[in-house]
This record gives sequence, structure tokens and C-alpha cells, in this order.
Amino acid sequence: MLLTITTTHSPATDLGYLLYKHPDRVQSFELNFGQVHVFYPEATPERCTAALLLDINPVGLVRGRGMSTFALEPYVNDRPYVASSFMSVAISQVYGTALSGICKTRPELAQTAIPLEAKITALPCRGGEAMLRKLFEPLGYAVTIERYLLDETFPAWGESAYYTVTLCHTIRLTDLLSHLYVLIPVLDDEKHYYVGSDEVEKLLRHGEGWLASHPAKELITTRYLKHQHSLKREALARLVEDTPRVDEESDEHDAEEAKIEERVSLHQQRLGAVLSVLKNSGAQRILDLGCGEGRLLSMLLQEPQFTSILGIDVSIHALEIASDKLRLDRLPPKQRERIQIVQGSLMYRDARLKGFDAAAVVEVIEHLDPPRLAAFERVLFEFAHPAMAIITTPNAEYNVMWENLPAGKLRHRDHRFEWTRAEFQTWATGMAERFGYQVRFLPIGPEDLQVGPPSQLAIFEVAAAENV
Amino acid sequence: MTLNITLPEFSLVVLIGVSGSGKSTFARTHFLPTEIISSDFCRGLVSDDENSQDATKDAFEVVHFIAGKRLANMKLTVIDATSVQPDARKPLIKLAREHHALLAAIVLDVPERICIERNQKRADRNFGSQVIKRQRQELKRSLRLLEKEGFRQVYVLKSEEEIADVQITRQPLHNNLKHEHGPFDIIGDVHGCFDELVTLLENMGYAVNGTQVTPPDGRKAIFLGDLVDRGPKIPDVLRLVMGMVEAGTAICVPGNHDIKLMRKLRGRDVQIKHGLAESLAQLENETPEFKKQVADFVEGLISHYVLDGGRLVVAHAGMKENYAGRASGTVREFALYGETTGETDEFGLPVRHNWAAEYRGSATVVYGHTPVPQAEWLNRTINIDTGCVFGGALTALRYPEKEVVSVPARHTYSEPVRPFLAESAPALTSQQQYDDVLDIEDVIGKRLINTRLMKHITIREENAIAALEVMSRFAVNPKWLIYLPPTMSPTETTQVPDLLEHPLEAFAYYRDNGVPQVICEEKHMGSRAVVIVCRDEDAARRRFGVIGEDFGVCYTRTGRRFFDDRSLETEFLGRVRDAIGEAGLWDELNTDWLALDCELMPWSAKAQELLQRQYAAVGSAAGNAMRETIAALEMTSARLPDAAQLLGHFQPRAVMVNQYIDAYRRYCWEVTSIEDLRLAPFHLLASERATHADKSHVWHMEMIGKLHQVGESVLYPTAYKIVDVTKPDSQAEGVRWWEEMTGQGGEGMVVKPLDFIVKGRYGILQPAMKVRGCEYLRIIYGPEYTAPEQIARLRSRGLKGKRSLAAREFALSIESLERFVQKEPLRRVHECVFGVLALESEPVDPRL
Repeated sequence: MLLTITTTHSPATDLGYLLYKHPDRVQSFELNFGQVHVFYPEATPERCTAALLLDINPVGLVRGRGMSTFALEPYVNDRPYVASSFMSVAISQVYGTALSGICKTRPELAQTAIPLEAKITALPCRGGEAMLRKLFEPLGYAVTIERYLLDETFPAWGESAYYTVTLCHTIRLTDLLSHLYVLIPVLDDEKHYYVGSDEVEKLLRHGEGWLASHPAKELITTRYLKHQHSLKREALARLVEDTPRVDEESDEHDAEEAKIEERVSLHQQRLGAVLSVLKNSGAQRILDLGCGEGRLLSMLLQEPQFTSILGIDVSIHALEIASDKLRLDRLPPKQRERIQIVQGSLMYRDARLKGFDAAAVVEVIEHLDPPRLAAFERVLFEFAHPAMAIITTPNAEYNVMWENLPAGKLRHRDHRFEWTRAEFQTWATGMAERFGYQVRFLPIGPEDLQVGPPSQLAIFEVAAAENV
Repeated sequence: MTLNITLPEFSLVVLIGVSGSGKSTFARTHFLPTEIISSDFCRGLVSDDENSQDATKDAFEVVHFIAGKRLANMKLTVIDATSVQPDARKPLIKLAREHHALLAAIVLDVPERICIERNQKRADRNFGSQVIKRQRQELKRSLRLLEKEGFRQVYVLKSEEEIADVQITRQPLHNNLKHEHGPFDIIGDVHGCFDELVTLLENMGYAVNGTQVTPPDGRKAIFLGDLVDRGPKIPDVLRLVMGMVEAGTAICVPGNHDIKLMRKLRGRDVQIKHGLAESLAQLENETPEFKKQVADFVEGLISHYVLDGGRLVVAHAGMKENYAGRASGTVREFALYGETTGETDEFGLPVRHNWAAEYRGSATVVYGHTPVPQAEWLNRTINIDTGCVFGGALTALRYPEKEVVSVPARHTYSEPVRPFLAESAPALTSQQQYDDVLDIEDVIGKRLINTRLMKHITIREENAIAALEVMSRFAVNPKWLIYLPPTMSPTETTQVPDLLEHPLEAFAYYRDNGVPQVICEEKHMGSRAVVIVCRDEDAARRRFGVIGEDFGVCYTRTGRRFFDDRSLETEFLGRVRDAIGEAGLWDELNTDWLALDCELMPWSAKAQELLQRQYAAVGSAAGNAMRETIAALEMTSARLPDAAQLLGHFQPRAVMVNQYIDAYRRYCWEVTSIEDLRLAPFHLLASERATHADKSHVWHMEMIGKLHQVGESVLYPTAYKIVDVTKPDSQAEGVRWWEEMTGQGGEGMVVKPLDFIVKGRYGILQPAMKVRGCEYLRIIYGPEYTAPEQIARLRSRGLKGKRSLAAREFALSIESLERFVQKEPLRRVHECVFGVLALESEPVDPRL
């Protein structure tokens, strides 16, 4: 909520001219989210500090929005107290002229690099200290960082994600303000307003002259545009003519796991293996249980062999993304007929799952509580009873190979368990016996002599006797 | 002379007659408008022209569709179309078969001349006499065919006079005994086990003298058939049952053995197998008259009955929901033999299709036929053939008590082909095994739930979607999940300055709704927890059907396991269990399990993540930002007097932020061991055979008080006070108590009527109302809510939605407990629990 800018450039009080705010007055401005006050705690020829103080009405922030009844009480909200996109709006509206580098009374000064120190109080920062340095240091700032405990009576709770950051540099004021304007919301990784294509324009305007050469420009662009890939691609394309190939960034849910799995694109290998098995089996009607955001579905859709594809997931959010990614609403009717995605749960018997040639259950079982696994086993093998089932799950033995995974930790925080090869094979063999399947196993990813492959796959096929 | 036509109450009546023969007039005279489906009307529906011949195909599709729906709902249906051609009747015959409706034809055979005249009078009919002539020829030909086609009743009315003088009576189906309400004692397959039968009847209070039986007051016996074959005293059993049926003290349905014996006695060629030889040998010395009586008796038996207003169905081998109350060869076959899959087992016996596993009807079905070691409920059905003749037991089900009474066999009179007495009893009952997996049909989509306290609670699809995810990903085994706590409404906003909530509004609410006394209970600030404890793991298996999941569970208001650390949970539950034992509650309540509604403290134990991510985070950000802001403003006002005003604006904000931090800190403490946990139970929700919602809150507090007397440190008492809301003194004392508690930073209190459930003029009253303290509310409304301008804004809060939600969730939560206590199938319990979770969930757009 507080941003101070200090200069020691003599006469320091010229800061008032640059900012168009008189050092001996307390000024207040009405903005749509509340008031902004500008005042000078210090104003001597040697040193002058301008303070920009946001005065956001905490209740006003909530009323008018939908009230959540479940997990979050939105009344208890950090927004009134932190430096966020509200601060950027305040900079552009209250320091707008300075931001654009114009100063009628001191035009040269506005274009001169002067010693400046900006202090941002309570800056939320996703990515921590490293992120702060990664963003500001390439721009030449000396960065001082102060952290706070979440609560000093409970030191065990650890430190908060808020920082008080001091940035020192000899720089033009317009550049400092531009950097702050862009980077505060980037650090926060949130925006209080809808991000549309005009945000690309704002980013390019305020990033002019520095963003194109910033080593973290891709990250800045992604976060600034709130992870909207199409906008990000547009911005990057315009930022540098020679656009590097942009990988689809993995979605948030998988980011954690993906990071640990070292982006060897293990997941691609996994899906590739599943696809090979499916193609080879001659199966036509495919069930993707726990289809998530539809990566396997989109691969299946490419193959005319699969005439009927049903994707099931319990998360409607994931299904919405899948529906978008698969562009279901724009598929030609013949294609559209082949695929359906619906919400469902592996914990309940479901008549819709019957009669499929094959079911893929990719990286799903480790998300089920062990006592609830029994329900899944019957839902899949007994009630859905596909002719073939393909199940993949991490190989826990391989975890020692991930350098950034602490010993004894699971790869993903929602993993309820991770099995060794022996555990998985014992389970799978038991299932096959109990429900009349034959089972075989395949490794996924580079196989280590000692600990095996990073991921494992079991193929269940209805035992021959029953098949006839 | 008047012609009397008697139609079964459930039939498909096909009027047959040429155009102009007066079918529509006849139908209107004798049937309800909604019972008549006229092809002409359907022509109009699909084409706007009742005479359009082009619309024939579409119109008849509509006729058949409506007829199908009506028959599925067991409604008498009249088809008003010419129906003179066999091809036109064929789909109707098929429909009647499909729905097991009796097929009746009423033929209006009016002289041709009259029909032609009538058609000529009508401006909208332009077809010539040729058409009528042709139709009449077809009609004549049809008359001979009707019975062969499957019409069980054919009435031919030959003149206008006859048509005008018809009286139609509707006759209940023979199987309809809905007017008989019992109480009944339903007895399984006797197979000639006379001695056991007598003992069983006597045990149930029937006086037996030889084969003469006098039932106790008002009771009636129901025999499920298979009286004969295999056993030692077949004629005695027959005499007893036939005598009772004749005296009107018993009802009997036939079993497959009875039918076979009857056929043999009637001289048919029947294989003498499966114990028929014993029947024949024992009947050898009986008189021919008796044998004839036996055959007549069996032949006259109705294959199944629907009793007690449709709530009870009895049949020898069971009855599917969509067969019950209908009459057809298929239904009769099912009642006698059940359904087989076509396969045979290792003993060469046919494998039976388990219809009961798929049964979803609301009526109780009692049946026998296949010997089972124990009479067990499954989806409201129960097989009470416990194989007496094979050395098992003769079993009766008392209805409506649902009490099972058994008499062990004196001997093994016959060796079963397939052993039916299991070596050791299975760990789980059939119902529990069946309940291992629930069906998604019972939770997704828009649903209506009927509860005792409130009819038709709607669960919207949008809410069910969110609940499905929570239930699937995080909830404990649904078998444990017999209750989720309903939400609670706060009081009306008070006008007392600086406060949002105050006890007087709660007192006024109950007073205005006719409740003179309320109980105020201290509100603990922790996390809501439902604790289910059984005496031991075996009791958990028996009653909850869970195996290897400990002797209890502690879960949150969203059904999630409270403790991540399973050994801590076991230790914790062990403490509670021991306290229950020591307090003598197992015996006092005659139970080996208890469900408790509680608050578990500290808040930080479960809400750690929330505290770190939200509450402490906001405190930390706000605290530091305020400190820096105040420092900057102080410096400024030292040089600029103008800044003082701004400083004056921010100083109280900084104070409020610190008060907020103090507020949440009160509810936090480190948990390093079980000793740091505090469980405050406030409702003793249920135990075996009882939900305790019929007891007053004082009873609950006193029962829970017994737990506290044990001195278990994990259990934390809830202070309470009874307030008479008609007496100012008493109310003032309640207010004082609240002020005292909240003054010390307490969360506040919950005000409830003394009775657990109170019905007001417009439905159930709010079962509880929270009155929260000023400081506590900072955690709800934000650090700075007490600023005058904020409080003014917050005063306008709507409670109607919250109250309605609280009432619906309360009705569902009580319903789930009641269903569990009544041992209903898990899906019926789960439906309500899922409903509460859905109502608590944010709606999600179901479109993809």
C-alpha cells in the first residue's frame, strides 16, 4: 500500500517537479478503488522522499462481488495492504506524466539518470527472493530485501510471502516508474481487473526500451498477461522479431510435478506409450479415466482408429480446459461425434463407462486414498469391465534420481501414495486374478539398472477364456 | 337390460369400431378424459388437422408413446381408434405385454347405415361409404381373432341400445391388498416342517391347537409358499395353512413346489424330484377330498400381493419393482421362480439373477425360495427362507416391526444339493457388500430429496458438480459418512451501536416463533468435527461395514479425514472411546457406537494452511504496511501540519489491524501431542436404533456432561445457560453472559430452542443461531470492519438465503442419520450427506 521514492540528486526537492506533486502539500486523489494520497515525509535539498499511499476500502472491495461460502472469507483479504496491480494503476494515474517521462519545468532532469531509491512495502512475490532479484538486478538495481515472519508468536509458521524491497539505481525517474508499473503485478502474479488484449499494448508501451532485452522477458510477459497464452504469444512476437519457439507452458496443476520430473517430458513419453498400446490393440472405443485437461484425448482424436472416445474427470475445471484445448465447439460434426467429455468419478459405479474396448487410467491411482482404492478397483474392473485397461503410475524407487526431490517426499502434493515396481505389480496381478484379466508391464522413461524407470505401466486384458 | 362390463383397474382397453360407430362418445361416457387416447386427437396434435390421413404414422407413434407412459405408471388406458385391422392392434398388444397390463377389447358393432349417416352429418369427414364398408369387413374378420391375439376380455356391443345401456365397473387386481395394513407375521418356506411352524407361531403369540390357529389381536400370518415337499409333516402344514386362510387369519402365496404338487394331484405328468415324493407319500393316506381341497387351494393362490398401501410386497421368489402389483404370466413366473441367468453352477443348479441387488423400489419386498444362512436385508428386500428343512431354521419377519424371529430346525430333514450354511459367516452383510460401491446416478444431476422434516429439497446440478469432486477426492469412506453438519445462520443484525450481532435478536426470533425457552451454548472457535466411535473394530465392521479402518473416524464438515496422522487419530479416538466406556454410555444407550457433533480445537490444528495462507498472511502484510505508513505519516506531520488529518485516519486503522491479529491468535496454539487437542462435543447425534434429535438440548448437554466427569483431558466442556425469553431478567442474564464471554475474546454463543427440532407455522424453525462477539467477527468481516463506515455498510446483510439454506441442510442432516439408524441402504444415506455437501458448494456451470 505504500511506495516511497527518494532522491539525493541536488536539489532533491526537484522530485516534486518531476512528479508534479508539491513537496509541502498533502494531496489526495479519488480512484475507482479508493483514495491515493501523495505526501513527502522528507523534503530537503539533500534528500527528498515522495510517498504514494493507497487507501483502499476493505469492505468496498468485497461488496458487489459474489460471496464465497466455503473455504475463503474474502473479507479477510491482503489486497488493501499490499503493493499489487492497484499500485500500478495508482502510478499511471497519479504519477502519469512522470511515468511518460514528461516534465515541462525540468525537461532535462526528466531525461537524466539521477540517484533514486524506491521502497515498496508489503510486496507479495510469487517465487520469493530469487524472483525479485531475477527481475530487478538485470535492470541495474541494487536490491535490498526485508522479510517478515507470518506471525512472530508462531515462528514455526515460517515467513510470509510479503517483502519490503528497496531498489537503488541511478536511473531516469520515468524508467523506474515503468519498471515498477510492469513488475509489481508480475511479482504478485495477480490482477484485479480483466486482462484483455489492450494489456498487450500497455505492456509494450511501458516495456519499451528494456523489456525486449530483459533475460526474463518471457516470464514477465506470461505473468503480466495473466498466463493467457494467446496474448503472451502476440506480445512476444511483437517484442522481438525473431520469436523463439514457445512451448505450451504446462498448466499449474502439473507444474510442481513437471518441475521435479525435470521436464524430460516424461509425461509425453507416458502418453506416447499408452497411445502405442492402444493403437496396437485394435481398440476402437476408448475410455480416458481421469482425462484431466485432455492431452491424451487430443492425441486419440488424431487417430481415426478410435471411433468413440469418452473422457471422464472429476474436476469440472480440468474438463473446461480440456473442452477449450480440444476446441470441442468448433470440431466438424463427424469429429465431434467421436468424442465426449463428461464429469464423473472413479469412486462411483457408472453405467456410462460400460462397453469400451479399452480404458486408459494415466497417472490417476496415486491420487486416490488407499482405503478408497477398493471402490475404484470394482468401478473399473468389475462394473466398467473394459476389454483392456492401461494403468500408469510413478515408480517410487526412481524418486532418488530426482535431485530436487527431498528424500521420502512424493512427487506431487496430491499423491496419496507412490508404489515401487514390486508393489504395483503385486497389486496389478491381484486385480487381474480377481477380475479375470491377464496383465503385463512396461517401463516408461529411461530405465535405470538399479531403480528402474521413472514411471510404470500395466496392461490388463480380459482373460482369453472370457474373451471368446 | 344393462350390460355389466367389469374391467381390471389396470388394463389397456382397446375400443374397436368403424368410423362413426360412436367410440369417442362411448369413451367419454365411461372413462376419464385423461384415460382416453384418441388417434384423431393425436392427428391434430401433430398436424393441426384431426382428419389428416397423412399424419397417420406420426399420430400413432404419439398414441403408442403416451399409452406406454401411462402403462408404465400403472394407469388404465383407453385407445380410441378404429383398431379394426390386426396390424393396428399389434403394437397395442405388445405394449400391454411389456407393461403386464390386462388387455380388453370393447367392440362397437353398429349397423353400417348408422355409421355412414353419422359421417355424412359431420362436415369435417369427407370419406365415402366405401371406407366404412371396408372397415366393417375388417371388423367382422377381427371378431374371431381377438381372443387368439391375446385379448383376455372381449365385449361386443351390437346396437345403439346396447351401447347406451352399459355399466362399467372397475375391479381391483387380485394381488392388490393395499387396504390391508397388518400387522403381519410373514413366514418363510415351511416344506412340511410342522413342529417348527407351530413353535414359531407360538413364539409370536399365536395360539395353536392341533392345526387350529388363533392369532394374537389384529395380527395376520402371511405364508410365502413352498409349504410342501421334502419335510416330515406336509399334510399337517397344509391343514394349518388352509384353515388359517379360510378363517381369514392368513394370506398365502404359492411356491414352485406347491404348484408342482398341485399339477401332480391334477394328474399332470410331473417329474417326481426335489422332494415331491415325500408329499405324495404323506398324502397317500389322505382322503381324495382332502387332496382335491389341496389342489383347489393351491390353484386359487395369487402369485404375489401388494399390501399396506403399497409399502409391502410379498412373493415366493421375490418381485421386481416394475412387476409389483401387475398381473401377467411373466410376473407370475417371476414370483414363483425368480429369474435365472441361464448358467448353471458347479452343483448343476441354475444360477439365479440377483434381482435384489438391483432393486430400487420404495416398497419392502419379503420373499423366500432360495435358502440363505441368515435373513438379510438388501435394498429393502429380505429373503427369509433360512432352510428349515435342510437343518437351518424357520424364520418369520414381523411387519411393520421388521423384527426377525427364528426357530431352529429339529432335524436335517433333507440334504441340500448346494450347501447353504456357510462354514463361517461372511465378514460383511449382503447390504454392506453391495454398499461397497455407490452408483453415480444417485448423486449427479438435478435431484429432489424427500425428507421427513421437509418435502422435496432440490439439489441443483450446478452444486452437485462441485460436491462430486470434493466427495471423490477428499472424503472418507462413504460408509463412515452418515452425517454432515448443516450450516448455521447468524442472528438478525442488531441496532446496538458498534455491534453487528447481539443475543437479543436471537431471543426475539425464538420468542416470536412461540418458543419460550432457549439454551445458550458457548461457541468454541475450532474446527467442526464429526466423531464416530465404536466399541471396537469388530463393532465398526458389524454396524458400518468397514474393515481395516479402525474403530472410528473423525472428519470435517466437508467429510474429510480430520487427522493426516493416522496413529494420532487412533490415539485420539481411543481416548474418546474410553471416556464413553467409563461414563457408562455404551450400556445406558444400549449401543456399541456413537456419533458426536463437536468442535475440535485449536483452530490452528486443522486450519493451519488457511491460517498461513490467509489469516496470518493478511495480518503480516497489514501489520507491516501499517507500521511503515504510520512512520511515514508521522515524519510528514512533523513538518506539515496538514498531514495530521491523514495520520488521524490511519492510526485507528493500524490499531484495528493489531486487534485482528490478536483475535485470530487466541484460537491458535501449537499442537505437539494429543494433549494439546480439545474436543468439545455438543450433540450426541445417534447411537444404535436411535437418532437423538427427539431429545432436548439439555439432555444432550447432560449426557455429554457425563463424559466430562470422567476427567479425560482431551474432552472439553461446553458451558451453557437456559434463558426464558419471556422474562426480561432471564434475558438480561443471557446477554450478560454473552458480554462476559465475548469481552474475554470468546467467539460468542449459539442459541437454540430447548427442543432439537421445532416446527413453526411455516416449516422448521432455525435449529440454532449464532451470536458472535465483536472481536471474533474481525476474522469473518476483515480486520477493519469495526470502523463506523464499514459497520454501517455491513449492517445490510441478507439472512433469508442463509436461513433457508440452514433449514434445508438441517432437514437433510437429520434425514441421513435417521436413514442410517433405520439401516437403509447406504445410497439412501449418502444421498442426503451428498446433498448437504452440494448445498454447501459453490455452484459450477455444468455446460462443457
